Amino acid sequence: MAALSSSIYRPTFSKRLARIAHYCAVVLLIFLLLTPLIAFFFNAFSFRWFYPQLFPNELSMRAWQSIVASNSKVPEALLNSTILAVGVTLSSVIIGLPASRALGLYSFRGKRVVEFLILSPTIVPGIAVAMGLNINFIRWGLSGNILGVGLVHLVPVMPYVVLTMSGVFANYNPDYEQQARSLGAGPLATFWYVTFPAIFPGIVVASLFAYLISWSQYILTFLIGAGQVITMPVLLFSTASGSNNALTAAMSLVFVAPSIFILILTARYLSGKSSAVGGFGQL
Amino acid sequence: MRSFWDRWHIPIMLTPTLAVIIFLFIGGLGYGTLVSLGWQPLIGRTEISLDAYTNIMFSDQYSSVFWQGLLLTIWVSFASTFLAAVFALATALLLRRTFIGKRFATFLYQLNLPVPHVVAAIGILFLFSQSGLISRTGAQIGIFGGPSDFPIVVRDRFGIGIILSFVWKEVPFVGVIVLAVLQSLGADYEDLARSLGANRWQRFRYVILPLVMPGLLSGSILVFAFTFGSYEVPAILGVRFPRTLTVTAVRFFRDPDLNSRTEGMAISIIISIIVFFLVLGYMWLSRRAIRKD
Repeated sequence: MAALSSSIYRPTFSKRLARIAHYCAVVLLIFLLLTPLIAFFFNAFSFRWFYPQLFPNELSMRAWQSIVASNSKVPEALLNSTILAVGVTLSSVIIGLPASRALGLYSFRGKRVVEFLILSPTIVPGIAVAMGLNINFIRWGLSGNILGVGLVHLVPVMPYVVLTMSGVFANYNPDYEQQARSLGAGPLATFWYVTFPAIFPGIVVASLFAYLISWSQYILTFLIGAGQVITMPVLLFSTASGSNNALTAAMSLVFVAPSIFILILTARYLSGKSSAVGGFGQL
Repeated sequence: MRSFWDRWHIPIMLTPTLAVIIFLFIGGLGYGTLVSLGWQPLIGRTEISLDAYTNIMFSDQYSSVFWQGLLLTIWVSFASTFLAAVFALATALLLRRTFIGKRFATFLYQLNLPVPHVVAAIGILFLFSQSGLISRTGAQIGIFGGPSDFPIVVRDRFGIGIILSFVWKEVPFVGVIVLAVLQSLGADYEDLARSLGANRWQRFRYVILPLVMPGLLSGSILVFAFTFGSYEVPAILGVRFPRTLTVTAVRFFRDPDLNSRTEGMAISIIISIIVFFLVLGYMWLSRRAIRKD
């Protein structure tokens, strides 16, 4: 009888043990992934945080005050970053939409070559492209201004926008457009009422990547902006070279917060699209 | 007779995107190649030569900067990619199981995806510098007497800090790709293998691994190419010698002497060529490995 009951209970005990081990592993994983982020909160509110103290003894808002101070460059950098990200997102989606449709819906001669061309910026490092463009952009007056920087941002952005949206077009049935047209809808109305709602999830994900890639871009902005276009990553990079950890941390939080907020808003469109997630590779 | 639109709609639709790629990407790369060959008409240099390349690779002044830098770059990107892929697979398997709080754990897992590399590098600095959080924790427990007892793992010769930063950033990135593949598979294949008597290791090796391999490989190719050409992380977490090739290239390019742009450009063309061939070789090898399975 005892032998029987132990043979019944032993597996549930080891299963429970396995479940606890699994939970511990998950908690450890999340802890390891979040500690670098937590370190920013510690630093951002610290003042005179001397060595062995694990928590800052003196909490302070100094770093935050210097961010909003009148001589702070943060507002200008935030504005530039926002203009760039919005401009790059809108133009990349508009530029990429027709190509995504062609690649998603049709097969044609040379399609693989076109796909290879469009995806190649994901492999070739951005500095090679930016250095080559730099000299010509100086001649064309595109160096050191936001238009030139935005144009260069398109290079790493386009592959992900086209990749994401052509994936949506691959599951799209263009016959509905024909039906709308035969019922008397014009081309604009057809796009707005038929095509757009069908591809909307793809546009959201493509925009998310375009925004994030542009928002986080440092080296392309630095090389083409020539010190004239101050964006958040440029400002943060130069602040990080100094020794004011509290200011660096506070600035990092200001820089990251919009991205995390936008990611939360768009998360439901992301799930399951394994090919689309590739956009994070450029950040 | 087909209408104009019927004949030409595909090229017309492709034109805007291809224009961006050809003018900005191919154009930039092509002009950069010319510059690296010494062609700088703006400062009166129009003859083509390989001087910059030989200067960088073989001159007494720069050869050790180049070769040591190349070694560091290869080491950092291979180590980061390998570790990121292994941990991504392990953590994706961890998060695939059903458990209470799975949705929340998966959300937290993805939280660092939108964190830019500049910020990731700073975070690693806050944690792993000699007076960082980990050193402080050790001092509280009594392992370390002071900051100098903590091993130098950021701004170190071997790029440990750079690797840590890349791994932290890329584990969730590759992991999310693997997790998406795993979730689309469901449990059917594994149940079938189990009913045929496969043990836990066999189910992993012969069922799960071959199925997630394509996703794992394409994710790690992106990671490898990115880490090889990345600038901000090695610039923040690196040392003066050796520097990664990208950091050296940017230094040359930013030099007030316009002639050293040629060297900077040559290094970044060399980086591009190396990445291109390594990725090509990697894809070829992995295709062959998958076919063998």
